[in-house]
Amino acid sequence: MQEHDLSFVRVEMINAEAPPRSAQGLGHWLHTNMFASVTDSVLTIVGIAILVLVLPPLVDWLFLSAQWTGTDRSFCATTVQGGVRPDGWSGACWAFVADKFQQFIYGRYPAAERWRVDLVAVMFIALLTPLLIPSVPRKALNALLLFIVFPVVAFVLLLGGWFGLTHVETPLWGGLMVTLILSFVGISVSLPCGVILALGRRSRLPVIKAVCVAFIELVRGVPLVTVLFMASVMLPLFLPPGTYFDKLLRAIVGVAIFASAYMAEVIRGGLQAIPKGQFEGADSLGLTYAQKMRLIILPQAVKLVIPGIVSEFIGLFKDTTLVYVIGMFDLLGSVQQNFSDASWATAQTPMTGLVFAGFIYFVFCAGMSRYSMFMERRLDTGHKR
Amino acid sequence: MRKALLTGVLSATALAYMAAAANASTLDDVKKKGFVQCGVNTGLAGFASPDSKGNWVGFDVDICRAVAAAIFGDGSKVKFTPTTAKERFTALQSGEIDLLSRNTTWTETRDTELGFNFAGVNYYDGQGFMINAKKLSGVTSALQLSGASVCVQTGTTTELNLADYFKANHMEYNPVVFEKLEETNAAYDSGRCDVYTTDQSGLYAIRLSLKNPDDHVVLPEIISKEPLGPAVRQGDDQWFDLVKWTLNAMIIAEEDGITQANVEEMKNSDKPEIKRVLGQEKGSKYGADLGVSEDWVVNIVKAVGNYGESFERNLGQGSPLKIKRGLNQLWSKGGILYAPPIR
Amino acid sequence: MASQDTLRTVDTGKVSPLNDPKIRGIFFQALLFVFLVGFIYWIIGNTIDNLQRAHIASGFGFLERRAGFDVSDSLISFSSDSTIGRALVVGFLNTLLVSVFGIITASILGFLVGIGRLSTNWLIRKICMIYVEIFRNIPPLLVIFFWYIGVLSVLPQPRESIRMPLGMFLNSRGFYFPKFDWGEHAWLIGLAFLIAIALAVFVKVKATQRQMTTGQQFPVLWTSLALIVGLPALAFLLAGMPLTFEVPKLSTFNLTGGVQIKPEFLSLYLALSFYTAAFIAEIVRAGIMGVPHGQSEASHALGLRPGTTLRLVVVPQAMRIIIPPLTSQYLNLMKNSSLAVAIGYADLVAIGGTVLNQTGQAIEIVAIWMAVYLGLSLLVSLFMNWFNAKMALVER
Repeated sequence: MQEHDLSFVRVEMINAEAPPRSAQGLGHWLHTNMFASVTDSVLTIVGIAILVLVLPPLVDWLFLSAQWTGTDRSFCATTVQGGVRPDGWSGACWAFVADKFQQFIYGRYPAAERWRVDLVAVMFIALLTPLLIPSVPRKALNALLLFIVFPVVAFVLLLGGWFGLTHVETPLWGGLMVTLILSFVGISVSLPCGVILALGRRSRLPVIKAVCVAFIELVRGVPLVTVLFMASVMLPLFLPPGTYFDKLLRAIVGVAIFASAYMAEVIRGGLQAIPKGQFEGADSLGLTYAQKMRLIILPQAVKLVIPGIVSEFIGLFKDTTLVYVIGMFDLLGSVQQNFSDASWATAQTPMTGLVFAGFIYFVFCAGMSRYSMFMERRLDTGHKR
Repeated sequence: MRKALLTGVLSATALAYMAAAANASTLDDVKKKGFVQCGVNTGLAGFASPDSKGNWVGFDVDICRAVAAAIFGDGSKVKFTPTTAKERFTALQSGEIDLLSRNTTWTETRDTELGFNFAGVNYYDGQGFMINAKKLSGVTSALQLSGASVCVQTGTTTELNLADYFKANHMEYNPVVFEKLEETNAAYDSGRCDVYTTDQSGLYAIRLSLKNPDDHVVLPEIISKEPLGPAVRQGDDQWFDLVKWTLNAMIIAEEDGITQANVEEMKNSDKPEIKRVLGQEKGSKYGADLGVSEDWVVNIVKAVGNYGESFERNLGQGSPLKIKRGLNQLWSKGGILYAPPIR
Repeated sequence: MASQDTLRTVDTGKVSPLNDPKIRGIFFQALLFVFLVGFIYWIIGNTIDNLQRAHIASGFGFLERRAGFDVSDSLISFSSDSTIGRALVVGFLNTLLVSVFGIITASILGFLVGIGRLSTNWLIRKICMIYVEIFRNIPPLLVIFFWYIGVLSVLPQPRESIRMPLGMFLNSRGFYFPKFDWGEHAWLIGLAFLIAIALAVFVKVKATQRQMTTGQQFPVLWTSLALIVGLPALAFLLAGMPLTFEVPKLSTFNLTGGVQIKPEFLSLYLALSFYTAAFIAEIVRAGIMGVPHGQSEASHALGLRPGTTLRLVVVPQAMRIIIPPLTSQYLNLMKNSSLAVAIGYADLVAIGGTVLNQTGQAIEIVAIWMAVYLGLSLLVSLFMNWFNAKMALVER
């Protein structure tokens, strides 16, 4: 029987044919991704041209021709300018950054007391890291330490004047340290204030609503520079004669007011996205307003707008540079201030300093935005689908 | 989140604790808090700038230290508030600082409308111009500057004098205006402008911070009177008198040849004038009248030296600026410094 | 048990006035109101006190005083004899100038980069991504310094200016190009230009009508271009070519003659454009990705070419998503122009600062700043809202 059976059943799989030559390997990838059409090819060539024009000089300036060590400007100046470099030399003057590094970080904080800043930084990292890693337990205690205990300890440590620590006046503070202090305080004040303002704006009580709307729109309508000028020049006029605030505190107040208004709008976006049923459900359970917001609405709303909140944080971090305008020296201010230092003034110094400052800002901002993407994925509990 | 808010409030109140009431007499206030709060420049070499250790030094700083020495017998009991041109007046008006010693020009408006009292003149200055002689080799007078770009710091009398001077001489110019001293310096140094204008003393100080100081020259013209001096708020005569006489005492000390080095010996001098000035006269109450101890002049001279010493150390031959005394020489030596007598 | 308590209170049918939401609401509002009024009263009282102590006269009378200072960039005539009020107007116009140019450039660059990020071309995609990532993560002030200190101040002195074609020069004092000196009858050219635009609009309307009725297309673009270029050119020839150029020349200090664009303006303009373009690019990308894929597939199925699909199907729908965030970017750009104060461009904030220094009228100046920026914000929002409404989906 079997011999007469003409039907054929293949019992073993044969290997798949290799894809045609044109659909595999580098050639195919290049074809689909870079030379799919005439326009595409033109674009690719333009792109390559841009890279060729930009990259080699950039790498050369940043690394190959750069001056890494040195003690004064002569290392980074050409012979015409009174230095050792040949004419026409152009390269980053990293020696400048190395020499001024301490000042970029601490400002004019006295050298003997800088361990206090370091200690605060270590504490901050030690408290922040476990808070950011989702799997570490005891989040409440951690947050309590970071937002209540830490600021007090940091305040005492940095300012001094108690417990035998020498008093360090705030005008001596500067550099990255001030940038981080401004951002930390700004962030931890603007989030709660933003929530309160956003809730106020959505309130049914007309007076509360009007006040919140007026505040938010007023602050959002003007540039931060004017808010800072107001804080630095006008605040003394608003207070009773003889009262004055520390200059750093004035800047913090300005930044916090500004950030709160923007934060309020982000949170409001989240609140608006919560379906009405959630509010009604909470009401029908007999929850008070505070319980309803704290347990039902805000957790959902905040989760929805995490990307927005983080981009506000990034904006705030970048905005702290504006305190330079009212005469304080944050990271960018310290860098900028040192351009006029006679012992380092060369044609290459400003660019090097700016690239360095830009790199630091980039690292912090990109770090924040990457973390927010990570949290977004993690918190995505499937509402979208 | 409420916690974070609390934190903010906590730290705010803690910082605000530094607020001090200035309603009572300034001198009593200062004695109570134990230091003089002094407004200075944010950084002008020779007048007020922090050294590498963060200590403030300079000619204006010495005035602050002298006042502290007169009150406490200790020139280090001062706290400095660096102020920009914009902030300085509000800072003094609001009581944030007790004394403004920040190369501020004594003008009628500031004396009356802004409500200050100038305790005298510690530096007679005038506005001048600086150019890069290497690039503009033909220019020897400010009258050749028509068409130039001029770097100037905003919010100063300088900006107004500049406009007046060019207008009066029918010249064109192109103002490049900056908010801060450092920015103005940087712009001039990078060649953004042809001319830098400010008080001549300032020009000498700024020249030092340029890349190639020797390329730059200060033109001979002086286009304005700029008497610089320490200022206090109106309405507190006791404090005004103290600052005024502190400055006078420094000048008198120079006239009498009392220096930091010989002040202890001088106490035993038998010259009546010196005895009187140094509080060695029997029953003298010059110090008490000012509200300070009798050896106040001794303390001042010990802390900062006499006027001439302070000048030479910060601005003159003992400093990189090498400014000549010029008008700021004693009246007896050809200058116009003339302090009323202590008697 | 708590539940029993609740039941009992409900039974009474009456709520204690302490728990009545209405009364509570009124109470809290009254509390806030009283607090706010008290606070404002306190501030005003303090301010009046302080002003009196400082002998500062309040009011806007100072606007009529002689300014006494000069301003380098001015769109209207200004000298040190003009009033302070006029100085502020000069600053306001400068703010507008840099904002308008910045917005135009940032939009063009932003749209290009945003579309580039969605390109099928790997290289272009990556380049655009790097651009966006860099500029989104550094502060705008740093970008301004980058242009001002890093790039423009490194340019050569006027005597060693970089010569460019057509009588243009580039040096550390800015960018110079020849000034157009129009002679007599030059108004003819303007008139011809206006007529050409009117004709182009007419052609467009007629062509659309014809296509609607007959289905035949008309090359509107080419006709309009020919009209808009051709008519003024014809007028130019007819008027006897009334145009001469004033080429910049080197004098003792600077180049004189021609038009000079100052480095302060240039760096602020470039910085604002580059910085904002990165944000606009992200908005455009999100907008285009927000249009369902089925839309473009359907359009392809109808036989529309990719370009036409983009223009007629994708972009109009994407615009609805893009416009609201785009508005706030425009507003941000305008507000960021106040950073001019850091590099000495004479915008409203910088001139206001100078006036504040010279007169001590802090409150009035800050009030003027706020009023102007709020007004501008409001205007831009209104315009964009109107535009948004026009673009919005019209449903049956």
